[in-house]
Parts: sequence; structure tokens; C-alpha cells
Amino acid sequence: MLDINKKIDVKEILKDLENYRPKRRGWTWREKSDKQVYGPFEYTDMSTPLKNYIGIPAAQYFGNIDPQPNNTITTEIASGRFEDDIRRMRMAAWHGADHIMVIRTAGQSHFDGLIEGTPQGIGGVPISRKQVRAHRKALDLIEDEVGRPINYHSYVSGVAGPDVAVMLAEEGVNGAHQDPQYNVLYRNINMVRSFVDAAESKKVMAWAEMVQIDGAHNANATAREAWKVMPELMVQHGINALYSFKAGMPKANIALSTVPPTSAPAPNMKLDLPYAVALREIFSEYKMRAQMNTKYITSSSREATVTHVMNMLISRLTSADIQSTITPDEGRNVPWHMFNIEACDTAKQTLAGFDGLMDMIELKNEGFLRDQARELKERAVLYLEEIIKSGGYFNAVEQGFFVDSALYPERNGDGIGRKIDGGVGAGTVYERAADYFAPVTAHYGYNNVAQYDANAVSNPSSLIDGCTFENADKIIYIDELDENDNVNQRMAESEKYRGEHGESPFVKPEVQWLGDGVVQVEILLPIYLRGAQYAAIEFAKKMNLKDVEVIHIEQMHPTEGTRVQLKGVLDFDLDMRTVEIPPEPEVMSDDEIREEFDKFPVKIVAGTVGEDEHSVGLREVIDIKHGGIEKYGCDVEYLGTSVPIEKLVDAAIEIDANVILASTIISHDDVHYKNMKRIHEYAVEKGVRDRFIICAGGTQVTPEVARANGMDEGFGRYDRGVNVATFLVHKGREKRGQ
Amino acid sequence: MKGFLKRDDDFQERRQHLADLTDEQLKEKFWSLVEEIVDPLMELAEKNTSPAIERSVLLRMGFSSLEAKPLVDGAADRGLVGHGVGHVVYRIAKEKNLDIRTAGLELIEGKHWDDAVAIFKGGTK
Repeated sequence: MLDINKKIDVKEILKDLENYRPKRRGWTWREKSDKQVYGPFEYTDMSTPLKNYIGIPAAQYFGNIDPQPNNTITTEIASGRFEDDIRRMRMAAWHGADHIMVIRTAGQSHFDGLIEGTPQGIGGVPISRKQVRAHRKALDLIEDEVGRPINYHSYVSGVAGPDVAVMLAEEGVNGAHQDPQYNVLYRNINMVRSFVDAAESKKVMAWAEMVQIDGAHNANATAREAWKVMPELMVQHGINALYSFKAGMPKANIALSTVPPTSAPAPNMKLDLPYAVALREIFSEYKMRAQMNTKYITSSSREATVTHVMNMLISRLTSADIQSTITPDEGRNVPWHMFNIEACDTAKQTLAGFDGLMDMIELKNEGFLRDQARELKERAVLYLEEIIKSGGYFNAVEQGFFVDSALYPERNGDGIGRKIDGGVGAGTVYERAADYFAPVTAHYGYNNVAQYDANAVSNPSSLIDGCTFENADKIIYIDELDENDNVNQRMAESEKYRGEHGESPFVKPEVQWLGDGVVQVEILLPIYLRGAQYAAIEFAKKMNLKDVEVIHIEQMHPTEGTRVQLKGVLDFDLDMRTVEIPPEPEVMSDDEIREEFDKFPVKIVAGTVGEDEHSVGLREVIDIKHGGIEKYGCDVEYLGTSVPIEKLVDAAIEIDANVILASTIISHDDVHYKNMKRIHEYAVEKGVRDRFIICAGGTQVTPEVARANGMDEGFGRYDRGVNVATFLVHKGREKRGQ
Repeated sequence: MKGFLKRDDDFQERRQHLADLTDEQLKEKFWSLVEEIVDPLMELAEKNTSPAIERSVLLRMGFSSLEAKPLVDGAADRGLVGHGVGHVVYRIAKEKNLDIRTAGLELIEGKHWDDAVAIFKGGTK
């Protein structure tokens, strides 16, 4: 059991791994029901709530609800150090991810066998038994903490597909990518070998009840003009889907990895929606894994987020059994902790916001959408016809049919062509002899079991008293092979920050690895782009950052300004024992406050001052329906927004109030502090300052600066009615000399 | 460049035979064509094996990845992969009255291969 107040102890996870067995196997979908109630709202597209969660920031205005969409939500983690990924998984689970994909290291596709141990990866981790087992063990704890099963996902591709499939099945992995076309087109692995291996892999995955995701989205990411590969995408999905089904996988476990192919400023709805509709009609029996567009991602995290929101509009307008998330920083670096969380929050926010959309609108059954969808389907059918005419799949690949940049049947002659006898692993396929035999479960294809026992045909592994699928004790666990490149060495290097059980007093900023020291800085320089690019680096160096890199740069104007985001390493740490942390503000009980207000009546004048139309924060503090200060039985005269300073004080005098609450949100040019000072000075000038308790509040207000500007107290973004009321009680007592 | 076909968009001519199909018929056509492409691939998988498949069999039989590899290599060197590498281990275990793991580990040490070759290439079962 994890303790919410303690960091997960990675050392404990790694202990006794050789004896760890996963809790279950197979994929788990979220629980759906007709209606879900969260706080004051009834939803139609949500699932059951989590036990422990962190809602999106605005949840604070809605009683801290965290509606969980009924789509599975994926997060992809790729730091290259699985031990550090564990902490990120826990954060992501709290933010609503229940499908965790740990990206595989570059180059594993060509590794002919299983990787053992825990070497460090590049842009992902080497998928090994120890790594997978540690992750599944950690997730078994994390899912108990959040109260929802978490699906762990990996990769069954490359020249060791069947080996990996068996290992993942044994380790209780719940989903995986598997698509032989990916091997062929993007990894140049021999096509015959890829398809022969794939049938075995799929049969194993079917036994493990894994959900499979295909690789078609890669065509979208590779093609020169992504929106033109739509007919081909349908063809690729079709080939892998039917191949999987015929290898023994139920259709309900076969998911298409589908991406809205394009992005604004292209008219992406016009291009993407008809495609999404066509795809879901042709593949109505299969599952949809809605991926987000990465083809046109840039280093702007804002832009990526907007793209992803539009992608999810398509998910809601059509369907998405699994809603994948791409981190908004994917266009500039390997995802950082907080961007995984942002991506999960973006998905939650969007899908909750779009709840019930299709109960109110429907897609047109005629016109542009229909015509386009129809055309795409026809183009896909023509594509299939020509594959057959060319002599089948292998010939079509040889002739460069796939990933051609034209909208089929147009062809640009720039596709990816592979030779039937070429690529990694060429010439390694062997015809099975008449006596071919394999005494194991979930083996695809010809298997002459009957030569040994006709009764064992339906259960070949009975001939060896069960294989590892029936008897996990037969699994041979390998710990480490490389004494230098392994998790123990890496953890020793960051021991100072990890401590004995994950509890060190030393802390250092971090984006992906414990103690990495990486920070992001954002600056605007009032100069042209290229000048700003180099000047920004100098500023960052003067801020004491090392290894400074520009990660995003954007023109505000050709000469007036440039926005630059940088990363760098802040190479020092902090001993938390030396940090002074003020105690949490004391909050009185409702009864105590009511009793006090009853004895010593409180009359308040409140308003947003200056040229400022913000009203939400102050209303939250005041209104009884938001749990505001009215509920303690005080009179509040609310004057509205853009109230002149003088009017606020004059009104307080006129109605004989004893408290003035001024809200000041706009902080441009420190106008919020100037307003406070003016209120104070005007009250002094009128000779009434002592009659009132005057407080200011706003998102940018800090108590210290408010007091320095003449206020009795200041309230910030997290303060509520109860905080204000507690202060009024104390201040009232003080004024009365109590 | 790569010598692959270049062609202008002839969709309008090419689609004539599809024009009158209902959406449902078009969908059926899609899937029957996919099936025509996939079936020969399934057959290929049905009748063939590979080093990775054989390693995956050996993993399931209780060998580690480090043990599976030399077993498959040993069988490949002697032309025995087509009989199933798991089969070779199984058969040696049976003939020598060993348990599966011991048989496999002894094969990795280089023992019993002559017997395996005799069994599988000698035509006896």
C-alpha cells in the first residue's frame, strides 16, 4: 500500500522482483454507465470517479470535482530511465491516466532477442523483463491508490516480436503495439519474416487478452502531406486488423491507431472529420485509439494544446475508445513530467467540457461530409484492388505503393519500397516440416501435436506439464547483465536526492530524472528574432544556468519583440531543513465564526475596484451559494465591478459598514497595489480609516505586499470566504482590545 | 527517382464500377478485398516458422532468453529449425529420459546434437 504522504520507494519496487507476479492479465476498460453525477452536475459520457485524484485547476470553483471521461486516457512516458518513470506514472494516474505507455528505446527493433537487465535508453527505455516487471509492480500499487485499474502498454515489434510478446504476456502487460507493416515500412525488417512472426505474436497477445494498437499512424507522421495518405491509412488498418482477427484476436481487442491527419491553419475539420467518419463506418466492429496529431507539431506548447483539443472534438463527434494524449512539449524535447500531466488534464478538461455533445447535435447525413467520406472509402477500395492486381501485398510493397505522398489513385512515385528478400532478418523463415511441433500454449499455425498424443492437440503444453503461461514458476528471471549500465548504478548517482526510502531532505529541480536540475525560463526581448535567440542564451547564462538551449522562439513582431523559452541546468540543490515554511493559515470552524458574527455584527461593502470587470473571485468569497462569507450571517453590500475607490469608501461610510473588501485582479503596471494604497489614503484623508477593516484580494495579491500598501490584510488566489471570515474575527477581537 | 509509378489522379474514371454500390456494399467490398490480401499471408504464417518464433516457444518451455538463443542457433546450424526447436528439446528429453530444462541445458553445452540430427533427419519419429 502506498502512503499518499510519502514518495514511492523505487528501491522497494526493485526488491524481490524475481518473485513478483502480476495481479491480473488482460485489458480493463473504464466502467461506463448511463449517468454519472459529479458535484451538482449530471454527465452522460463519464465513468466512475477515482478514489484519489487531482482535478483540473478550475475544479476549485466546482467543489473539487474531477469527472472521469469514459474513454481510456493514455499517457506516453519516454525519459529513458524506467526508475524515474515510476514517479511520473503515479503523478499521471492521479491526473486521470489509466493507460500508460513507456516508449521503447531507439534501436530495439533490430535487437534479435530479448534485452535483459536495465540499461539506459535513448528516447525511451529498453523493454526488458526486469523493467516491465518493475513497472507493473509499481502500477499494481498505484492503481490501488487511485482506485482504478491501470493498463500498462508496451511494444511487440522488431525482429524479436514473438519473444517480446511472450515476455509481455508472462508479465501481465495489458496492451501493446503490434503491426508487421511498421516493421516493413519504417524499420526495414524483412516483410516475410515480419508477417510470419506477427501471427505468432498476435496469438500470444490474444491469450494474454491484451489490447492491440496498430501502427498505421506512422504513415501519417511520415508522409510529406499527411492528409493525402488517408486512403492508404484505411488500407493499412484493414490489413493489420483482419490479420490480427484471423490470428485469433477478438475484434473488441483490436484498436486502430488513428490520427486526425492535419492541423490548422489548414482547414483541419474539413479534412479530418470526413476521414474519421469514413474510418469508423468501415471499422465499426473494431476499437478506436484516437491519437493526436504530431505531424505538424511545433515547439509551441500552446499551439500543440489547441491542436489536441481540436483532435478531441473529433473524438467526441465520432468515437474514441482510447483517447491518447501527446504531451504539448513533444515538438521540442522528450516529454517532461509536467507536460504529461498537462496532456492528461487537457484531455480531461476537453472531454468533460464536451460531455453530452452528441445528445444535442448530429453529423449531417448528406452534403460535404458524406461526399468526402464516401470518396475516401472508394479511394481505399481502389487501392486494395490495385494491391491485388499487382500480385498481393509483398509485390505492392516492392513497387512502392505505401507512404506515397499523393492522394491515391494519384501516385508521386516517392513511396517506401522494400524487397521481399531484403531487410533485416531476410532469409530467416523456415518451412515447417510435417513433424513440426511446439509443446506450448498460444502457438500459431501448423503444430503436429498428435504425433505424440492425439488427446493433447487442444492443449499442447500438457505434454510438458504446462508451459510458463500455465505455470509462472517456470519463467527464468534474469536480473542484470551489464555491471556498469544498470539501474543500481544510476540510482547510486542520484542517491543524495532519493534517500534511504525516497525521503531525502535534499531537493533539486527536475523535469525527467531525479536531480537533473533542468529548469525552463521564459523571456521576451524587445528585439528581432535572430538577435533574441542569441541574446536569450546570454541572459540565461547570467542566471547561472548551464547547458542552455533555446527550446521555443516566436516572433512578436519583426523588430518589436521576440518571445524565447529556454532550458538549462540549475546546478545546485537545497536542504529542505534550511527552508523556512510559514505555517498554514489557521481557519476557524463555521460555528465559531457564526457565533462571533452574531455577537459582533459584521457589515461589509465590497466591489472590484479600478477599471476592472472581474467579478468571479469576489463573488466566490462573498456569495452564500459558493460557500462565501454571507453564510456566517453578515450583511454584504456588493457594488459590482469597476467601482471607483472613492465610491467604495463613501458607501462604507454611508451604510455604516465596518469592513471594506476590495477586489483587484488586473495587475498590469502594479495597478492592484496602487489601488490598495489609494483606498487606504482616501480613508485616512476622510478620517475614517480606523472605523474599517480594509482588505484586498485578487489572484496576484500577496498578503505581505497588501499590508505594505495600507491594507489590513491581503487575500490571494487560494483564499476563500472562510479565510476572510477567520481574519475578520481575529482583527475584530484585536480592535476591541480582546 | 526510385523508379516507382507516377500517375495523375484518375479517380473519376477508376471509380465507375463503385459508383452504384451502397455504402454497405462498399464496406463489404472493402473487407472482401482485404481478406484476399491477408489470406495468403496467413497461410505463409501457418506453414513457416522463424528464429524469433522458436525462441518464443523455448521461453514458454521455461528457458531464459540467453538460453533460447544458442538452442535456436544450434538447430539452425544443423538444419533442424523446420522441425521446431522446442521439438528438438522435447524429443531429446524424451529419448534421454531427462526433464525439459536439463535436456535444453545439455544441448546448449553441445551434447546430444548428433542424436537430434539422427532422429530428425533419419526419418524416424
